[in-house]
Amino acid sequence: MKYGLTKIAGALLAAGFALNAQAADITIAYASDPISMDIHEQLSGGMMQFSHMSFDPLVRWTQDLQFESRLAEKWERIDPLTMRFHLRKGVKFHSGNDFTAKDIAWTLDRLKSSTDYKGLFEVFGSAKIVDDYTIDLVTTKPYPLLLPMATYIFAMDSKFYTGVDENNKDKAAVIKFGNTFASGHLSGTGPFVVKSREQGIKWEFERFDGYWDKQSPGNVDKLTLVAIKEDATRVAALLSSDVDMISPVAPNDHQRVKDAKNLELVTLPGTRIITFQMNQKSNPALQDVRVRQAIVHAINNKGIAKKIMKDFATVASQQSPAGYLGHVPELEVRYDLKRAKALMKEAGYEKGFKLSMIAPSDRYINDAKIAQAAASMLAKIGIKVDLKTMPKAQYWPEFDKCAADMLMIGWHADTEDSANFTEFLTMTRDEKTGMGQYNCGYYSNPAVDKLVNDANVETDTEKRAAMLKQVETTLYNDAAFVPLHWQNLSWGANKKLDMKPVINVMEFPYLGDLVVAE
Amino acid sequence: MFTFLLKRLVQATIVMLVISLVAFAVKDNLGDPLRELTGQSVSEAERQAMRTEMGLNDPFAVQYKRFLINAVQGDFGTSYTFNRPALEVILDRLVATLELVFAATLIIICLSIPLGIYCAINPKNWFSKLIMAVSSIGISIPVFLTAILLMYVFSIELGWLPAYGRGETANWLGWESGFFTLDGLSHLILPAFALASIMLPLFIRLVRSEMIEQLSSEYVKFAYAKGLPQRRVWYVHALKNTLLPLLTVGGVQIGTMVAYTILTEKVFQWPGTGFLFLDSIQRTDTPVITAYVIVVGLIFVITNTIVDLLYGLINPTVNLTAKG
Repeated sequence: MKYGLTKIAGALLAAGFALNAQAADITIAYASDPISMDIHEQLSGGMMQFSHMSFDPLVRWTQDLQFESRLAEKWERIDPLTMRFHLRKGVKFHSGNDFTAKDIAWTLDRLKSSTDYKGLFEVFGSAKIVDDYTIDLVTTKPYPLLLPMATYIFAMDSKFYTGVDENNKDKAAVIKFGNTFASGHLSGTGPFVVKSREQGIKWEFERFDGYWDKQSPGNVDKLTLVAIKEDATRVAALLSSDVDMISPVAPNDHQRVKDAKNLELVTLPGTRIITFQMNQKSNPALQDVRVRQAIVHAINNKGIAKKIMKDFATVASQQSPAGYLGHVPELEVRYDLKRAKALMKEAGYEKGFKLSMIAPSDRYINDAKIAQAAASMLAKIGIKVDLKTMPKAQYWPEFDKCAADMLMIGWHADTEDSANFTEFLTMTRDEKTGMGQYNCGYYSNPAVDKLVNDANVETDTEKRAAMLKQVETTLYNDAAFVPLHWQNLSWGANKKLDMKPVINVMEFPYLGDLVVAE
Repeated sequence: MFTFLLKRLVQATIVMLVISLVAFAVKDNLGDPLRELTGQSVSEAERQAMRTEMGLNDPFAVQYKRFLINAVQGDFGTSYTFNRPALEVILDRLVATLELVFAATLIIICLSIPLGIYCAINPKNWFSKLIMAVSSIGISIPVFLTAILLMYVFSIELGWLPAYGRGETANWLGWESGFFTLDGLSHLILPAFALASIMLPLFIRLVRSEMIEQLSSEYVKFAYAKGLPQRRVWYVHALKNTLLPLLTVGGVQIGTMVAYTILTEKVFQWPGTGFLFLDSIQRTDTPVITAYVIVVGLIFVITNTIVDLLYGLINPTVNLTAKG
């Protein structure tokens, strides 16, 4: 009897293996894990990575920044304010509920009530459900970024999240501070369901058997996501094969990963721009465009990218990275010490002056080192820099007060669009509209403001591109800020993982499509 | 005994109050928790509204009073990142830290006593000299360096042991620990040795000097004169008295170890309280930071009290009440 059972079990196992011949079990280490299971609780890199694992958006970005159909099969613009989405049929949520247009409408309303998303979704009205599988997204003004925003609409299971939980609280609640139903339970349409979760340590995912995308080549069956904060430990875990894939790989360790026989390192030019702002309010010298130009010309950002970033950065002359609408390839990197000195002389600051500079020490890659290098470069044109670096927890309150003459800030456009940089970093500060919220340079140019505002209601891509390019060129000529570089992105993985097709510059790999060779 | 405990309790309360005041005063300088909680495009007005809602805009005295009233009831606030009571988060992680400290303590006891005795008995032997030399190097290498070296050699180069984290755990008599699985043990070895490396040299030296002192004392000479075998003198009479001061120092140091696992836990990503504490500082999770400081303070007070009590038991000449 016992023998018989073993035989049956063996046969069953064999059958199981036959069906899932390539099923793979992998562990991935990131620097941190998402803080919640509620994808609307926070808009952050970690949360986006997680969203793409357990949910599906209407459309998603491809590697070359085009759009790819996900829950929306096709879409068409009906009028300047409306985009019609035709939804995929036969999609099931993890809970077993069917996905319909109602879920999209519900998700959009929830986004509009979330602290982190409400700003981004302000231009959206409520969605109009045409039928179960057709929905119209309506904006209050013509909106060119409707599709980029649709990449944030990850369908949540409206039935699952409706009602009250055991504590008699609304299941749909999005609260940042406090426990909610959604922060501990989830039902999406994505390729992975969460099996277990120890916050700050590890998450265990399993492939969702009812996943709609049968076309997906992905064969990862079990995926463990661990948080390894220490750069050196993360690399050690990869080198010792404790984990199969890590991100990011610190620039110092790139060579080691490349040298390891069974490992592969992939880097991509990133889209996060690192800049210095020049505070015209706290230091009158910075109101002179010649002084600002001198500073831009004095800072050798090529050298910084090469020496400090070890080529793990793309030198920048503007905010928009290549591939963005507003990117102007003609704008050249400006390092030129002679010209910098001449400009200082022209502006009447031949003897130089003093300025204060602040930078974070744990926010961007090598941030403190970059600031130190910049300070010593400025010394060459007679500018004495009083530099203070501090941990980000202390840095942001200082930055909010614009408490220095030069301040470091990095920015990634949530919309993957050029206008976003300007809206937050260089447009005139306006409490009411929220524009220029991070503009500690106090740069203000009505022409730039108008161009961006116009671009934001221009749905003709070509016209819009021309406007945004004009913005970049103006900012360049006005030396509105000091562009340094775009931080590159890096992944290290075991060679059996076919990583290249699933990673992207947005830094959210589509792990559902990851193929692992046996 | 009772008076002693009562006195200790009063002292402990005062100490805890002072610690809580300091922890609470410091928290405002750690940064703005809202930055970590919200995305970059959230408006300042929105953040301000959240601050008010969370009570962060109240005056210090109001916040501290509210904190004290809640703390007395065992509520140290809710963690911003975990969205769970801060104390609960810490106690969850404390299991891992205690496991690590326990393993390190075992290593220290099993190595320091035999090695210390050996050095005391054979002070001129080359092996004793080697032990002393290595231990003085050991005492001067910072723990994170030891940890990285261990990791480099044993996980990257040799590939024998895992580089990070805590392995599988199993439950035995209600104790969920990595001691009971092979995977758990293999994850424990490197961090435990790294942690032990700070205290080990200290203890070897302590055992050695105490033993040497005992060996030259009157009663040992008398024992020899009486004709007792050498081994009996060493391992029964002298050793007993050597262990007394070891207990005092050891007890206090183990308390310290619970607090100072921070660096080891950071390097090995050991999911204990030290790691949690560093993470909380980076995320400005002030309820966890405050609760951690208080819990660690409490551990110190408790271990010191236990050591004093034990000392009284072992050495009856010590008068606890007078010592207070």
